[in-house]
Amino acid sequence: MDRDTSREPTAGYVHYALIWAALVALLIMTIAVARLSLLANYSVLGSLSIATVKAGLVLIYFMHLKHEGRVVKGMLLLAVAALFFIIALTFVDVWYR
Amino acid sequence: MTERTLDDKAPEESSFYDEKGKYSGVLAWLMSTDHKRIGLMYLGALLSFFSVGVTLGVLIRLSLIAPGAILTAQQYNEVFTVHGIVQIFLFIIPGIPVAFGNFFLPIMIGARDVAFPRLNRLTLWLYLAGAAIVLLSLFIKGAPPDTGWTFYAPYSIQTKANVSLAVFGVFVLGFSSIFTGLNFVTTIHRMRAPGMKWFRLPLFVWTLYATGWVQILATPVLAITLVFIVLGRVFGVGFFDPSKGGDPILYEHLFWVYSHPAVYIMVLPAMGIISEIMPTFSRRNIFGYKAIVFSALAIASVGYFVWGHHMFTSGMSDTARIVFSFITFLVAVPSGVKVFNWVATLYKGSIEVDSPLLFALSFIFLFSIGGLTGLIVGSLAPNLHVHGTYFIVAHFHYVMFGGVGFSFLAGLHYWFPKMFGRMFNEKIAKIGWFFFFIGFNVLYFSMFILGYQGMPRRYFEPPPQYHGWSVVSTVGSWLLAVGLIIIFSNLIRALFKGPSASSNPWGGGTLEWSIPSPPPAENFIEIPVVETGPYGHRERE
Amino acid sequence: MAIGKESNTGAAASAEAQEGIDYTGKKIGMWLFLFTELLFFGGMFLLYSVFRSQYPAEFHAAAQEENLLLGSINTTVLLTSSLTIAVAIAAIRKGNKMLSLYMQAATIVFGICFLVIKYFEWSAKISMGIYPDSPALLNREKGDILFFSLYYVMTGIHGVHVLIGVIAIAIMFVYTRRGVIDRDNFAKLENTGLYWHFVDIVWIYLFPLFYLIT
Repeated sequence: MDRDTSREPTAGYVHYALIWAALVALLIMTIAVARLSLLANYSVLGSLSIATVKAGLVLIYFMHLKHEGRVVKGMLLLAVAALFFIIALTFVDVWYR
Repeated sequence: MTERTLDDKAPEESSFYDEKGKYSGVLAWLMSTDHKRIGLMYLGALLSFFSVGVTLGVLIRLSLIAPGAILTAQQYNEVFTVHGIVQIFLFIIPGIPVAFGNFFLPIMIGARDVAFPRLNRLTLWLYLAGAAIVLLSLFIKGAPPDTGWTFYAPYSIQTKANVSLAVFGVFVLGFSSIFTGLNFVTTIHRMRAPGMKWFRLPLFVWTLYATGWVQILATPVLAITLVFIVLGRVFGVGFFDPSKGGDPILYEHLFWVYSHPAVYIMVLPAMGIISEIMPTFSRRNIFGYKAIVFSALAIASVGYFVWGHHMFTSGMSDTARIVFSFITFLVAVPSGVKVFNWVATLYKGSIEVDSPLLFALSFIFLFSIGGLTGLIVGSLAPNLHVHGTYFIVAHFHYVMFGGVGFSFLAGLHYWFPKMFGRMFNEKIAKIGWFFFFIGFNVLYFSMFILGYQGMPRRYFEPPPQYHGWSVVSTVGSWLLAVGLIIIFSNLIRALFKGPSASSNPWGGGTLEWSIPSPPPAENFIEIPVVETGPYGHRERE
Repeated sequence: MAIGKESNTGAAASAEAQEGIDYTGKKIGMWLFLFTELLFFGGMFLLYSVFRSQYPAEFHAAAQEENLLLGSINTTVLLTSSLTIAVAIAAIRKGNKMLSLYMQAATIVFGICFLVIKYFEWSAKISMGIYPDSPALLNREKGDILFFSLYYVMTGIHGVHVLIGVIAIAIMFVYTRRGVIDRDNFAKLENTGLYWHFVDIVWIYLFPLFYLIT
């Protein structure tokens, strides 16, 4: 039921270079957003959103998540959800004191 | 088909004990990557530390009825701290998974070993190293930790005791736990025998799977929290220090984010053992296999989000208190489902009350008491009165000791013939059980009464009005100790002088009963092809 | 439970896993380890988010004291190192051992470069008297104390992970040279790559949180 990705062909070098270029572009964008930002609140959201896109690119292409089966993807979702809810429940305390 | 017709192990046949490798003597064991040897080494270490923990517990009870006679106030704080650290981090958290999980998981799924045998061996070494570091903190210059096993800030940051060393030991132990969980989850995904589909897995395996996930996702939060304690002590980093902008309640959040799921690391495998024993000794299939599977997964997931119920009096927001209390009630439901299903398994069964079943039935009874009192303490209003009292102490000893402890003994008696190839004396086992069970209830039920009356916990010198029931409780501790001595003497004697055991003395249906007692090094001559579910007993009418 | 003789009707995974090298199993094991790292760093991110929500103005201002240029360079260095390790793995899978070795070496160089830049950043701060529990820091606002404490703890622990990654890749370099890692046996290198990418992702989040929230 798990996919054996060792038998699948690897992506090409140019493919990886393109992803890297996108990451650098996003880096420039995130610095620009921070510098130009008018509202401090949206600066946080904007920067973290771009960071998440970058992280997503690294996960999907460099870490080959694109080629993985449901098992690995499901496990990752579980771990991220766990962290999310831990932080969320802590804020139920911190915000409402 | 319940009775095995395979040949029982003839004395000349070799088992994993006879296996010759690169090393000899003690090294042949310490360097072994055989999951069975690793499981046994863990078992020996666990029971040794358990004995230390029990001794400390008896000492606490003696001190409480005669404060100052044997311990000073400072020593008392150290003793209950170390009692908690030893019982929790050296015995009960590693507990069932590392002893019985290691020994039986591969066999139960039809594999020859776990996914990462060398990582498994590393977890044993990490466990021994972590234990050594914790014990070192008791004896080197400075004082043993006196913070309680919970290491609450700010005291844990300020006390002169050897907290950094003890906490480092726990950190190392945490990695042993993480790698064990990682190993088991991978093993269950990848190493199942042909035909061993997910819903044909023995229930013990399911609980090891759920537990593995909790070990992977919760333990690292404890790890970073321990790092914060050391950073606070050594570098003055003030995350929990209000004068530096920090908040001690955040320590409690981080600590309990791990330590509540930790109790599910303790109890889920314990429940798994009960799910193995009930069908075997009722000679019928388990009632509601899938419900029990989903309950285990539900307990693991919902249990991840209830940690705030340890913090109702900490100064947390009211909103948070209500939310955590509500989720706490939810998590009781799947436990209830399991209890109902185990009891339903007995119905119209052909019941043999052998010692494993006796311990298992005790689990159901004692865990139910612990669980129901958990609902009391999980309710906000009563909690305000019983938090920090002996009511809490009684509650958690009922679930952890009455629950997990009895299940550990149930599993030990159930699997003893398989692991050691010898049978113990059934009558003495029952006598030991009797003293243990009576002693347990005298010891801990008194604490419910004391706590309800308001006796605070972690007090060196309790107010005099609690003296009466305290004495009762202490006498209970002596009966319990006698029971444990009988139980373990019986088993130790059987190790050397017990009669040879057959491959399936109890009539069990899972794969471990199809191989010789003790198993050969490779577990199976041929990897089995599985065609049915695990409990091949007479179906329900 | 009925038992029959071993046959080919079982899962291919089981046969592969029982008898030979289980590539998928090793990969799952590595992902599970990365989840533990996620939760480990997660505890620190939890503290950051709580303290930030309590002291937004001070965090806002303190971030301006960080060296944006060095931070941006470091981010670029790590992103590029992710590229080089990814190419290193692709190369060995295509049988190009030399390219893989060069790329692994490049990754190590980038990793060390990151640590060197970090060293300069930290030294600059320490020489200004800003470090955990320093008199200068304790005199500042609570939000500042928390910001800089978090800065040292989070980038410090991240730095330790970069160092571990550099050492791991160096070991993989030796294995690749010796042929232990080759086009048919590359799980070790791929898993090391996964670890390295994770370390990169942590920095992808640390960078805006400490340098950009201005």
